[in-house]
Amino acid sequence: MVMVTKVPPRPAPARRALRLLLATGVAAGSLAAVPGTAQAEDEKSGGTTLTVAVSQSIDSLSPFLAQKLTSTSIHRLAYEYLTNYDPKDARTVPGLATAWTPSADKLTWTYTIRKDSTWSDGKPVTAEDAAWTFRKMMTDPNAATANGSFTANFAEVTASDPQTLVIRLKKPQATMTALDVPIVPKHVWEKVGDFSKFNNDKQFPIVGNGPFVITDFKVDQYIKLKPNKKFWRGAPKFDELVFKYYKDGDAAVAALQKGEVSFVPNLTPAQADALKTQKDIKVNDAPGRRFYALATNPGAKARDGKTFGNGHPALLDPAVRKALFLAVDRTTIVDKVFQGHAVEGQGYIPPRFGSYFWEPPAAQKRTYDPATAEKVLDAAGYRKNADGKRVGKDGRPLDFRILCHATDPNDKAVGKYLQEWWGKLGIGLKVECLDSVSDPWAKGDYDLAFDGWSVNPDPDYVLSIHTCGTLPATPKDTGATDNFICDPQFDGLYAQQAVEYDAAKRADLVKRMQSRLYDTGYMNVMAYPNALEAYRTDQIRSITTMPEAAGNLWGQDGYWSWWSAVPTAQAEDDQGGSSTGVIVGIAAAVVVVVGAGLFLGLRRRSTADDRE
Amino acid sequence: MTTASTPADVARAPEARAADGAPRTGSSAGYLRHAAGKLGGALVSLFAVLVTSFFLFRIIPGDPVKAMTHGVPTSAEQLATLRRQFGLDLPLWQQFTDYCAHALSGDLGISFQFRAPVGDLIAEKLPATLLLTGVAVVIYSALGLWLGTRSAWRHGGLGDKLNTGIALTLWSVPSFWLGLLLIIVFSVGMGPIPGLFPTGGMESGTGETGFGYVLDVAHHLVLPVVTLVAVGYAQTLLVMRSSLLDEMGGDYLTTARAKGLRDDVVRRRHAVPNALLPTVTMIFINLGHVAAGSILVETVFSWPGLGGLFYQALSVPDLPLVQGLFVVFAAAMILMNLIADLLYPLLDPRVGR
Repeated sequence: MVMVTKVPPRPAPARRALRLLLATGVAAGSLAAVPGTAQAEDEKSGGTTLTVAVSQSIDSLSPFLAQKLTSTSIHRLAYEYLTNYDPKDARTVPGLATAWTPSADKLTWTYTIRKDSTWSDGKPVTAEDAAWTFRKMMTDPNAATANGSFTANFAEVTASDPQTLVIRLKKPQATMTALDVPIVPKHVWEKVGDFSKFNNDKQFPIVGNGPFVITDFKVDQYIKLKPNKKFWRGAPKFDELVFKYYKDGDAAVAALQKGEVSFVPNLTPAQADALKTQKDIKVNDAPGRRFYALATNPGAKARDGKTFGNGHPALLDPAVRKALFLAVDRTTIVDKVFQGHAVEGQGYIPPRFGSYFWEPPAAQKRTYDPATAEKVLDAAGYRKNADGKRVGKDGRPLDFRILCHATDPNDKAVGKYLQEWWGKLGIGLKVECLDSVSDPWAKGDYDLAFDGWSVNPDPDYVLSIHTCGTLPATPKDTGATDNFICDPQFDGLYAQQAVEYDAAKRADLVKRMQSRLYDTGYMNVMAYPNALEAYRTDQIRSITTMPEAAGNLWGQDGYWSWWSAVPTAQAEDDQGGSSTGVIVGIAAAVVVVVGAGLFLGLRRRSTADDRE
Repeated sequence: MTTASTPADVARAPEARAADGAPRTGSSAGYLRHAAGKLGGALVSLFAVLVTSFFLFRIIPGDPVKAMTHGVPTSAEQLATLRRQFGLDLPLWQQFTDYCAHALSGDLGISFQFRAPVGDLIAEKLPATLLLTGVAVVIYSALGLWLGTRSAWRHGGLGDKLNTGIALTLWSVPSFWLGLLLIIVFSVGMGPIPGLFPTGGMESGTGETGFGYVLDVAHHLVLPVVTLVAVGYAQTLLVMRSSLLDEMGGDYLTTARAKGLRDDVVRRRHAVPNALLPTVTMIFINLGHVAAGSILVETVFSWPGLGGLFYQALSVPDLPLVQGLFVVFAAAMILMNLIADLLYPLLDPRVGR
């Protein structure tokens, strides 16, 4: 229109933008080379580095607040606990304490604190540090956020001398050799004001007394640790331990293949199978610490006696629960769903915790047997109607719902099998997969649910969540209960084991609890999934698994894996050098080709302009 | 290249004026009125966002306290302490008034899971996101504009078909999948291609400073940016192409050509400026998205940005953090829309009269 003649002649912006754009491309191409060389140089000078791929963000570096596994695993490395667990069989072994004895009335525990442990700032570790840590948790609710359950039963904690810690209890407590609480240096932490806001991530290195010292942290990028040369058990062999963030599992596997990380945990069966055939990579298919179970709603109720939720009443009949589990083919679940990377479920506690593991004797065991399941249902009065559906005495058909985690592919796959197996019995099943199952679960609005817990060397907690005391106070509250189980017989045994200081007798009680839980049919363990992980053998020569014979590396009860890891001292430099050379060469070639193409292209354009 | 002129172009200008009532005198007063109106609108939207973000995320199922303590030995007292610390024991109306009072004074609260002020958490991760998505948006907008213009100018030709075909194919590729593919080929290396780029993260963490650090970050930036550009440039390309095609029938182009101007100049100085308006809107919408980052690409490349933070916040749900992020994302969008609104009258005098 009118503006046509007004436009003054000026350099074409489009073309300038284009040049800029292409220049960026060239820059990107050349970038492929430069830092590559920098990295290689770093490897030469920096010594040996063990890099672990992690995905879970750090919630806090304060041991008083941290609840996520990544954070607590790192605290394990930086702070010593009173006791530790033997990598061989998870027995309690000395940690910061060298010895411990309960009093005759079971109410006073005396710990001897070792003399050869020092804080990384040079000050000696004393019983007063431990006493202060526990007292802080007892008096300041904010300091009890993460580990308060350990001190809930403490009456008084004192340090009678630098080597003697005395804990007086309100009532006997068998878990006193399993106090998984990081002991912090009093002289550093007594300066902290508000424990609910202090994240311990501003000043590095962080003063600790574990095998490693935390030296650097960048949120969601990395956490770096250096070996504690003065560690009483001996210094770790690697010169540096880095936890590097990979938010995506496949990207972490790619980093392992490339050698950017030394270790990757939590592999999927597909990833593990792909890595198995690769050179210099060892896949560790270790017995896990989790169980994977089918929970049955026992009729949710609160401590005030009020019932709530809409669990199917037929599930209150032991015969129905028995029949359901008789029709679950655990072998198929292990073989097909877990693709062999799991062990068939027996009792509540996985076999890796040998002293507490219980397996039902043949007479008690509910072996997969659909025919018997049919008979059990027939005998209990659940007859098939004309459509082939089982109907209760009240005329209500046996149509159940199962709560499934939408994020867990195993839940969905097992759900499909259950539909098939129970369908043959004449029982309907609706698989309800949700992103968050916690709301219907807490309200008791479910019939069955996929359930699973990670078990600690001391089983007290995973057993406690099935006691009446953990039910919500009223239907409006939430309790620590897992599945609303409240069984007087189970509670009686729980109370006995909680005060039993004799390890063998306590183990026996724990086994009897599992037997009872098995019989009730409210928690049916289908499998113990394996821990699948992989590491580079050209970076890690040897490393201690837990259990030592065949165990896992990530999330151990103790610092054994990273503390024991021995670097592979190979001529890595040569490799790095040659590959860097290739990289530089190729990048240079790319730059030249792109540059030449650009030059020619732009020239052609400008001559074309002239020709017009 | 000349086609029959369409009456649309001629008709558009009077229409715009007629809709706004009688023509006004003094265009700067008109501009100010336009700007004030848009600014007011933006402030109202921002306030609405602030209020809705509180209620919007209460709908997310899940109990934050239960989710955070799952699998960790926790006593009933500890659960109660957490609820008290988070203010979840208060009645909803009180939580809301507290939230409003704090939000209006610029305090977005304390994150449940990270125990740190939401403002700090966002400020910590914002630069990474702005860098990644910002660079990507600038590149794909420029690339889209350039290719879109070329495609439209020679529409129907082989170049056009190839251009739009490739762009559409890339657009329909899931970004996380493309990202993984790039990692496997260009990070790990495949066949003769060596592993040129890092597999993830924003820096190697080897303690480089100054220019070395810049290079290191740029090195990490290449693959995620390439992914975002590849998946994103088709949008700009298609919008630019179609709006330029609309302009190409214009009489003023015939006039320009009749004056003897080169084809290139006709395109650059006459057609493109008139076709820019819809594209500018879209570029600013994309710039508004910059703050929100790209959850998928940030995840695949382990980029420590806001997208990943939002995902973590949602999965708990970490209410103060999701609320804060939502407000920031929405504010960025509102701001960019406002800038676009303020720019229109400068780009096209017909707007805002």
